[in-house]
Amino acid sequence: MPTVNDFLLILPEVVLLIWALLILLIDLWIPDTKKYYTAVLSAAGLVISAGCAFALLGRTGSAFSNMVVLDGFSSVLSILFLLSGLAAVALAYDYLKRNAAQRGEYYTLLLFSIAGMMLMASANDLIMVFLSLELLSIPLYILAGFFRPRLASEEAALKYFLLGAFSSAILLFGIAWIYGSTGHTDFPGIVASIDGGRANYLLLLIGAGLLLVGFGFKIGVFPFHMWVPDTYQGSPSSIGAFMTVATKAAGFAALLRVFLVLFPAEAPIMAGILWGLSAASMIFGNTVAIAQMNMKRLLAYSSIANAGYILMAFVPYGNPVIAQEAVSSALFYLLAYALTSFGAWAVMIALEPAESDGLLLQDFSGLGRKYPWLGAALLISMLSFIGVPLTMGFWGKFYLFKTAVDGSQIPLVLIGLLTSLVSAYYYLRIVMFAYFKPGEPQIQPGRWASVVAVICAAGIFVLSFIPTPVFQFAAQMIMGMK
Amino acid sequence: MAPISYYLVLAIIMFFIGILGVLIRRNALIVFMSLELMFNAANLVFVAFSRQYQALNGQISVFFVMTVAAAEVAIGLALMVTIFRTKHSIDVDQMNNLKG
Repeated sequence: MPTVNDFLLILPEVVLLIWALLILLIDLWIPDTKKYYTAVLSAAGLVISAGCAFALLGRTGSAFSNMVVLDGFSSVLSILFLLSGLAAVALAYDYLKRNAAQRGEYYTLLLFSIAGMMLMASANDLIMVFLSLELLSIPLYILAGFFRPRLASEEAALKYFLLGAFSSAILLFGIAWIYGSTGHTDFPGIVASIDGGRANYLLLLIGAGLLLVGFGFKIGVFPFHMWVPDTYQGSPSSIGAFMTVATKAAGFAALLRVFLVLFPAEAPIMAGILWGLSAASMIFGNTVAIAQMNMKRLLAYSSIANAGYILMAFVPYGNPVIAQEAVSSALFYLLAYALTSFGAWAVMIALEPAESDGLLLQDFSGLGRKYPWLGAALLISMLSFIGVPLTMGFWGKFYLFKTAVDGSQIPLVLIGLLTSLVSAYYYLRIVMFAYFKPGEPQIQPGRWASVVAVICAAGIFVLSFIPTPVFQFAAQMIMGMK
Repeated sequence: MAPISYYLVLAIIMFFIGILGVLIRRNALIVFMSLELMFNAANLVFVAFSRQYQALNGQISVFFVMTVAAAEVAIGLALMVTIFRTKHSIDVDQMNNLKG
């Protein structure tokens, strides 16, 4: 029987879900002209839930007969998801008004999706992984098509839905084979079965491979990336920003936990596959991004490349010492990437006119002169994407590369460095448009999106002076994992 | 009582028919049916092993999967209806509005 203690351990999720249901109800009485009440209410829910998550920071335990665990890893990621949600609410506010799509369900669906992500980071049972994956995906399918009847948005939603369901089915098939191999879906049961030598090795390997494909779709690594550019371009930009950061982080959360806990013995085989995925994503994402003139598509390809960078540190995960380091550097990079990505998206959303599928790079012309703050935020984000010193992006890449070197993955690090150099070309081209081309932004920037852009840029800059404490915090948080 | 391998082979065949359907068919509705076939292949594996192990947890998993699949049907059909209203087609090959 579930006890009060069980609910206490997942308090942030419970609060968020109840809050989302309440907003769904309250929104009925909020007139269309006053939807900012819904936005403020949902932001309040996210803050309260984040408060609960902070209060639980450092606590560990498992709840609901080992279905979910609370540890430092899940706590840190929960806070990251909640803050991403806060950014997505802030980015959406002006943007939805401009596009005449101020409907309250945006915020409710966003909250449901975040709850799914938080559960995914703390899932301790493969069925729980599947359920939380669906809880996070299903609201996002709707949100991607939120601008109906605009064709681009509907098309993005359908593509995301079909490929999302496809990846879920593959993932589920993998879970079924792992169940067949071990007779359990809960992590402790599977580990006990493997350690006791009762597991069928071949079935387990098939299951692990299918799981990797399923997660590969969710984090958008090459060759499972085909939905990424279209979906990010067609869906509302605030959702695109949220997906590049939070969905990717949730996918990585589940991938890291499942592989570290369940498949350490399969590391030699998996390392080769991960190596290939990582290298292909870095090369493909960074080279294709060069040809993009649409900012949304460019950021989509950049997100594919960044998934490759994170995967790089995880290649030598079979070694327990490296694995610890890999998870801390992945967490650190996810933080750096969240700030950078939200910064870049926020600048674009602030300037995006109604009814558009994202700004072209030319549209940034004259930004630096006309709106110096936004220009500076764009500059800092782009430098952080490249990995220039004095930004969080530099330290993020530094720790990832260091982990990969410690795991003796020198060729992969070389590919990472070279592709970073290539990426400098297209990131700096945006800066060039913003500072050296004559022109003027088409519209008055949205206020809240500008605030998000400046906060993210400040975060990128300020945190880059204290990388070691941040990294040590991440390392200390994941000590209790497993 | 048929041995478990029969069920597993059937599940694998179903899964690959599903994958082929997703990759080859153009009508979004048929693609969606193929996805359901893949989900049910996984369900069959769960149920088969559940009987093999004389344990109930696999069958309980199937109930969760069926619920989720029902939710997905609701969303998927709604998306197809909205896109059909705009475009008067649900041919996935014609979904080429977004390009870079």
